[in-house]
Amino acid sequence: MNTSSYPMMPFTRLGQFAIARLRRMGRYALFFLQSFVRIFSWPLPVARILQQTYFIGMKSVSIICLTAVFTGMVLGLQGYYTLVKFGSEGVLGAAVALSLIREMGPVLTAIMLIGRAGSAMAAELGIMRISEQIDALETMDIDPLRFLVSPKLGAALISMPLLTAIFDVVGIIGGYLTGVLLLGINSGIYFARIQSSVEMADVTGGFVKSLVFAVVIVTVCCFKGFNTHEGSEYGAKGVSVSTTSAVVIASVLVLVTDYILTSLLL
Amino acid sequence: MKTPFIQFAGVTKAFNGHTVLQGIDLEIYQGEITTIIGKSGGGKSVLLKHIMGLLRPDAGRIVIDGQPLGQLKGRARRRLRRRFSYMFQDSALFDSMTVFENIALPIQERGRMKADEIEARVHARMRELDLGPIDNEYPSQLSGGMKKRVALARALVTDPEVVLFDEPTTGLDPVRKNSVHAMIAEYQQKLGFTAVLISHEIPDVFYFSQRIAMLHEGRIIFTGTPNDLQCLSDPVVHEFIQGFENPNGDSPEPVRQGSWESTFNAEMARMQHHKVSFALVVLTIENLAEILGQEDADAPGVAQRFADRIRAQLRVTDTCSLAGPNMVLLLLPFTNLSQAKMVCAKLGRTLNGQEIAGIQSCQEACMAISAGVAEVQGNGHPERTLAQALERKEIFYQFSVC
Repeated sequence: MNTSSYPMMPFTRLGQFAIARLRRMGRYALFFLQSFVRIFSWPLPVARILQQTYFIGMKSVSIICLTAVFTGMVLGLQGYYTLVKFGSEGVLGAAVALSLIREMGPVLTAIMLIGRAGSAMAAELGIMRISEQIDALETMDIDPLRFLVSPKLGAALISMPLLTAIFDVVGIIGGYLTGVLLLGINSGIYFARIQSSVEMADVTGGFVKSLVFAVVIVTVCCFKGFNTHEGSEYGAKGVSVSTTSAVVIASVLVLVTDYILTSLLL
Repeated sequence: MKTPFIQFAGVTKAFNGHTVLQGIDLEIYQGEITTIIGKSGGGKSVLLKHIMGLLRPDAGRIVIDGQPLGQLKGRARRRLRRRFSYMFQDSALFDSMTVFENIALPIQERGRMKADEIEARVHARMRELDLGPIDNEYPSQLSGGMKKRVALARALVTDPEVVLFDEPTTGLDPVRKNSVHAMIAEYQQKLGFTAVLISHEIPDVFYFSQRIAMLHEGRIIFTGTPNDLQCLSDPVVHEFIQGFENPNGDSPEPVRQGSWESTFNAEMARMQHHKVSFALVVLTIENLAEILGQEDADAPGVAQRFADRIRAQLRVTDTCSLAGPNMVLLLLPFTNLSQAKMVCAKLGRTLNGQEIAGIQSCQEACMAISAGVAEVQGNGHPERTLAQALERKEIFYQFSVC
């Protein structure tokens, strides 16, 4: 090897790393676009979307409700003891509702969905990849993206706003439990403040976030599972690594995306 | 001249700097069963996946039915792919689907058939493959053999023109292996598809393959008929098909005195599966006592050497066993009476009596070897067939020791 190239090695490596990352991002973008377009390809995969909606949406309702009620209760407690210092405990309803509708509802719903459905998606596709089931689909001339990923994406786009709405409503009820029933704020004031302070833009913003999070969760988790064979580990360990990294990356991306969207929507 | 249906020209493929296929040239013909043999991890599955388009070659080209695979895009590629079917080594059944859903999936997704037609087609394939009422069972509830048959049913449900089988009998017991091979052969004859098979099952694949290709160290070192392969003197081929590695050039295991009846019965089972006849040949040294009377003769080694020399002249599919102190039995698959007699004549020309007898010096003796031949068709019984062969016994070889 020519020794004069030694000083260049760190830069070469950095360049190679950057190119590899960019290439992977490009593949990820194509993965998302192709999966999205295939939701609308004829014949529409309605049955599979409904199946996935049941799995992603319906089966997540109980965990979303549980998370939401405690989140609302904590917001009610914290909010009350902060606001009471300024004699403004009357605006507790508005504080709880705006926190939930604008931020906590979409973000926590997304995080819960990553744990419940995203990890399952990554593991399912990972196992299908290592057991050659995805290859089998290709040999049968069945598009694996259309068959496996598009229904999940379609289902998440339907389920996420609905789950977020459920989270918001149950969270507001949680705030009511602590604020009104436990700490004695007037029930009428609690709801009147919510009505007067929450605007349609807040609700729309929350739903926009939930739609973007749905895309992030499904594409990241499916992409990691779908490409399990390209990782450094093989077999069952490969599946566990891709599932873990899918959950971590999706969670971080949800928070990053939340910041970007909040900046744009405010 | 026959035009190949699938043609590999200089196909090269490497993974992480490790070259798996090095300039593969291979031709596969329509309506034939072509079997690819070779050591494990030698790239056979990689080769098969190139045909299906699951992998793309780094160099070289693959032409299928006159169309270069690398240049096909979109609909043309899909049209071509629909003519193919693939049976995976580990079946690759969908765990979350029932047996019925697994088999129906390829035709369901094409969306050209009504539900009742799909059901009829799936049940027909299940009946043909003796799958029984397991429609609602999941792959995890099935045995290895059943999974293979479900995978075979799924591969055949679309009536494909070409079926690629990646080690379809791995992990099956000998009875199931025979039945899967017989199913492949039967369906290939019935439906006329082109089959490309990867298998380690030697000599079984010789019974139903029209063409054999051997992959060794990333290259195709042989293509031809099973008979051509067995006649080949290449040591690599011999090592592989005789089932042992011989890095030091050691001699193969000597022919054993054993239960020839069990070999006979195994051959009978194969014959019934593959619908081929076979011949039983009894070779007897008629005057062994006289030969042993010679002072220089290596008494215990004569029969052993006799059997070993004979086996060296036989095909891989032929079996040879010692049936007594002066008797050797040969089972010759795919062989009728006249062909068996030709084998005996060839043996007569090539045997060296002096070497068999182990005699160094010149003696006044004459070794006489007789051959009795019987052809087995239908329901053959070992003892009856042997008696039949002994009845027809005649001296086919005599040699004077001096």
